[in-house]
Amino acid sequence: MDSNKKRDLAASVILIALLFLIITVLEQLLPKTSMIFTVLKKGSIYALVAVSMNLLNGFTGLFSLGQAGFMLLGAYTYGILTIPVSARAAVYQYYNGGIVQFALPVFAAILLAGVVAAFFAYLIGLPVLHLKSDYLAIATLGFAEIIRAIFQWDKIGALTNGSNLLRKFPIFHSTLFPFAVSAVCIGIIVLLINSTYGRAFKAIRDDEVAAEAMGINLAHHKRLAFTISSFFAGISGALLAMFQTTVQASQFKSAMTYEILLIVVIGGVGSITGSCISSFLFVACSEWWLRFLDNSDTFIGSIHLSMLRPGFRKVVFSVVIMAIVLLYQKGIMGDKEFSISKIREKLKKKKAEDE
Amino acid sequence: MSDRVLELKDITLQFGGVVAVNSLSMHVDRGEIVSLIGPNGAGKTTAFNAITGVYVPTNGCILFEGKKIVENYPHGKMKKLYAGSDNGKYTQHIEPTPDAITKLGVARTFQNIRLWKTQSVFDNVLIAKHLRRTSNVFTATFRLNAAEEKKQREETAELLNILGLYSVKDQNCTTLPYGLQRRLEIARALATEPKLLLLDEPAAGMNPQETLELTEFIGKIRDDFKLTVCMIEHHMDLVMNISDRIYVLNFGALIAKGTPEEIQANPTVIAAYLGEDKNA
Repeated sequence: MDSNKKRDLAASVILIALLFLIITVLEQLLPKTSMIFTVLKKGSIYALVAVSMNLLNGFTGLFSLGQAGFMLLGAYTYGILTIPVSARAAVYQYYNGGIVQFALPVFAAILLAGVVAAFFAYLIGLPVLHLKSDYLAIATLGFAEIIRAIFQWDKIGALTNGSNLLRKFPIFHSTLFPFAVSAVCIGIIVLLINSTYGRAFKAIRDDEVAAEAMGINLAHHKRLAFTISSFFAGISGALLAMFQTTVQASQFKSAMTYEILLIVVIGGVGSITGSCISSFLFVACSEWWLRFLDNSDTFIGSIHLSMLRPGFRKVVFSVVIMAIVLLYQKGIMGDKEFSISKIREKLKKKKAEDE
Repeated sequence: MSDRVLELKDITLQFGGVVAVNSLSMHVDRGEIVSLIGPNGAGKTTAFNAITGVYVPTNGCILFEGKKIVENYPHGKMKKLYAGSDNGKYTQHIEPTPDAITKLGVARTFQNIRLWKTQSVFDNVLIAKHLRRTSNVFTATFRLNAAEEKKQREETAELLNILGLYSVKDQNCTTLPYGLQRRLEIARALATEPKLLLLDEPAAGMNPQETLELTEFIGKIRDDFKLTVCMIEHHMDLVMNISDRIYVLNFGALIAKGTPEEIQANPTVIAAYLGEDKNA
């Protein structure tokens, strides 16, 4: 057992290091505008928010749909706090340069983005975490929509710039940046899930009544999971703001939450590696691999494919998702994790059977 | 030596018009095995739920080791019914959550097995150790509690060893045979380091051989872990063999109490179980 664990840990470290090396090499070889970088950047950001949602939905059994709201909080916190003072007059042109007249360093702002999201999650959690399953989902979804509406309100425009864009804040240029931040955050979530608190979360998911009877304080642990999950959603919101170079509240619709939920479900509810793999697949499909379906001038030989037109991509995408849900009902990974030692064991077994 | 571990005073639980438990007073002394018996629907499990904080009693108070852990006296309309003009007496309200009561040292098992189904045997017991943690979420996440974690794992392994579950520790708990699942539930309850163990029909669905093993087993853990045991049971062999004292409930009310011999000879109990003898 223990030697396997150590081997797995070493293998994961080597894999991640290899990934970073490959990205560094790719960045040297390919032009900056290559689609693969877009996919990798957005994929890593979505991986983080999907894992944070999985912590709630998959590991604690709280069906929450507020993720877009917490991302919005993170994105705005980051944007508001990092726009250089010299650029504020231009960004807040309708609000006399806004009320915030300082700029924080990037990492401090990213951390604060998480803290602000977590703070709001704590407050929201006090009343809504008494609700169960679908009711909790509705309450958190409502919260996300309310937050989005409030941030577009022009009365607080001096802070949020109303329904106008926030822009000119520092962004990242290398794909390594979102990768590194996401990797660290996901690493922390994995550590949490494997700790005694993570085990308590799983107990709450499996049987709330038994968990409470065994001395696990439900209210405390649910609030904890909700707050931590939102903290990381806030950080991923900040990363998303950097990726998009602008922030506008209207981007954080409930459709975004559903995209993340889709990633979680396709990857497997209760599987961290599943969420990571499926977020890259999802982003690659929606942004890159299926793009040609939107192009109405596609020819195979001399045959003009007349059914291809803008929007057709979404039709195919829906069919692919339905196929996945039908064929892999528990998602790509189920509730298992990807691990080298398990694959080795399987191969060994197969070898033994063959002989 | 009468060292009261648990004492119930006038516990009443009313759900709408149904009085599930009616003014039940009982006590369990340290080191005893006390059984709570009665026909189906007599209110035994409801009484357990009141002790463990799942339900708040409509009226009455529960003491654990001499300290009030649950106290609720009615207010409004109900108050008149119970208290009459004696208002001053009924001011306190203590309504702890089940986890707080478990933390004091009361652990229970369930009538329908409620293990954490996706977890292994080992993890089921390990999770129950969570409430005795000294780490907070930060130290636990960043593994600053390694010593405590190691200690918890060792204690879990030891506990599984004592209960004879060590050989199946890596199996998923649902793959165990029925008897072992019940035993695992007891192991899980013991992991919370209780002083009082409440067993809700530990022998339900067991054959005579398994029941016999369970009888020895309960006696053994009582001695090994210096426990006090209170159990609900329908298997009369088990109850009469092992109990120091027995309380009999029928339709929510206490109809008899005493040693097994006294209960066996009690005509009210026989009537409640077998029906009245019309010719008598």
